[in-house]
Amino acid sequence: MAKEGAMQLQMDKEKVTGGIRLRRVVANIVLILLCLLCLFWFYILLINATHSNAELSGGRFHIFFGKYFGANFMSLMKSSINIWRGMLNSVIIAGASAILSTYFSSMTAYAIHCYDFKLKKFIFTFILMIMTIPKQVTALGFVQFMRNIRLHDTFIPLILPAIAAPVTFFYMKQYMDSTLPLSIIEAARIDGSGEFRTFNTIVIPMMKPAIAVQAIFTFVSSWNNYFTPSLIIKSDKNKTLPILIATLRSADYMKFDMGQVYMMIMLSIFPVIVVYLALSKYIVGGVALGSVKG
Amino acid sequence: MKQAKRGKVVSFNKWGYIFLIPFIAVYCFFQLIPLVMTIYYSFFENYMSGMTQVGPNFIGIANYISLFSGKDLLKYTANTAIMWLIGFIPQILVSLLLGAWFSDGRLRLKAAGAYKVIIYLPNLIMASAFSMLFFALFSETGPINALLVNTLHVINKPYIFFQEIAATRILVGFMNFLMWFGNTTILLMAGMLGIDPSLYEAAEVDGATPTQVFFRITLPLLRPILVYVVITSLIGGLQMFDVPQILTNGHGSPANSAMTLIMWLNRHISTSKNYGMGGALSVVLFIITGGLSMVVYKVSNGKED
Repeated sequence: MAKEGAMQLQMDKEKVTGGIRLRRVVANIVLILLCLLCLFWFYILLINATHSNAELSGGRFHIFFGKYFGANFMSLMKSSINIWRGMLNSVIIAGASAILSTYFSSMTAYAIHCYDFKLKKFIFTFILMIMTIPKQVTALGFVQFMRNIRLHDTFIPLILPAIAAPVTFFYMKQYMDSTLPLSIIEAARIDGSGEFRTFNTIVIPMMKPAIAVQAIFTFVSSWNNYFTPSLIIKSDKNKTLPILIATLRSADYMKFDMGQVYMMIMLSIFPVIVVYLALSKYIVGGVALGSVKG
Repeated sequence: MKQAKRGKVVSFNKWGYIFLIPFIAVYCFFQLIPLVMTIYYSFFENYMSGMTQVGPNFIGIANYISLFSGKDLLKYTANTAIMWLIGFIPQILVSLLLGAWFSDGRLRLKAAGAYKVIIYLPNLIMASAFSMLFFALFSETGPINALLVNTLHVINKPYIFFQEIAATRILVGFMNFLMWFGNTTILLMAGMLGIDPSLYEAAEVDGATPTQVFFRITLPLLRPILVYVVITSLIGGLQMFDVPQILTNGHGSPANSAMTLIMWLNRHISTSKNYGMGGALSVVLFIITGGLSMVVYKVSNGKED
């Protein structure tokens, strides 16, 4: 009897919200179209990277894979643009930035989270206030200063500033507020662990999920960064991927083998896509956490 | 004994300062000194005239005067604003709609997870490579023209996108939309999920339509996050560089109509080497973004005070 009543109630509800099925259909169609709009460009990129220059300049639109993937890859390897070197440079800079940024941002967050000192509130407020000021506005002085102290055309100005990353710091602080009880730190102290050792052996391992998310974000934004490296790096051997991409555009564009151009764009984009798809669950979940307080 | 214990407590808190050393040192060295230098440069005449170096000579606020009396600042600000708006208006509308769908428990979208993953994807793409891709796709001999001319027969001869002011700006705006609407959707969705569900239940009992619920409950309660999204996006818009720089090869062509403020700054730093004017422009941008950052700080931390 009770079950029947519940069913009746359920049916009434369905009737009342009769429009919901229609809304669901509309929502799904709109979302699928938006997803196609997002993926279309990468699909064309993938397709075009498998066609030869002659096929690509023939004025035909290609929907299917061609046979020149290997040939385009080999010709890019032999070209004057040293893409492996660019990739290696990008990996070194982005990797080092990710490690330094997450480790030291955890340390900064730990200082604010775990200790009480006079300037604590002032420093915390200060970091939050500078969080959204873009680096471009100090770039002129930055480039001149690096030139003065002879760090110009090295990786140091592209890596070390990652230590002071307000956004990463803020995420770490949020994460600590929700997962790091001070009693654990107290317990470590009673056991005679030094403060620095507590940080390295207890806090850092507990921060692993947050470190993973922020390491990916820092790696990707450093990997994609074009503005600062283009001002700092001058010699060919130090060029990163975005700078190499820009040289494709700035040189006489029409002279290029288009198969090679698409292949190079693909090699810059797809590593990030593959990593993203593998870890998307953590990344999408981490986007909202680091921005606004709930 | 008591004295010793108190001493120990103080020594623990001293570690707060010690752990802050790396951040503060690096911040001062790589951000504060450059900021001071940028401000300093803005008061000097310092540029290359052909092969000869002019200056540096102290000229007070002359750089600021010529910055504000010239037409360029206004033009490039307008360019940046127009291209930002072309991307931002559809972005906020689509994101509000998608956010409402994703956070609506009754809608039960089965593939919500997959949708979110895909719409966020363009945000992680290297903007310079994505722009190079768009340049290749929309070029005169590129696949989009091949599609329009030879496959669909919509037009008889290739449309040269990058010689048209409107087409170039729309492409820049469209790319910004593609790269940012997923991010905005996730932020707004998180904000909507934070709204007390009992309000929705009450609205349902009172027989409110989904449209009424959206405009009377969701939107007003979402205001702090909306302000946050608008301001941070505005700051992002002011930084617009990679996309128009690569699409137009740094020229801001056609007719400087796609030249943004940061492209102009980049030109001062790397091409014309006019550090005085570049410095003045940087200081103006610093003041604007600094002011906007204060607003962001106020909205996102207002609840605590």
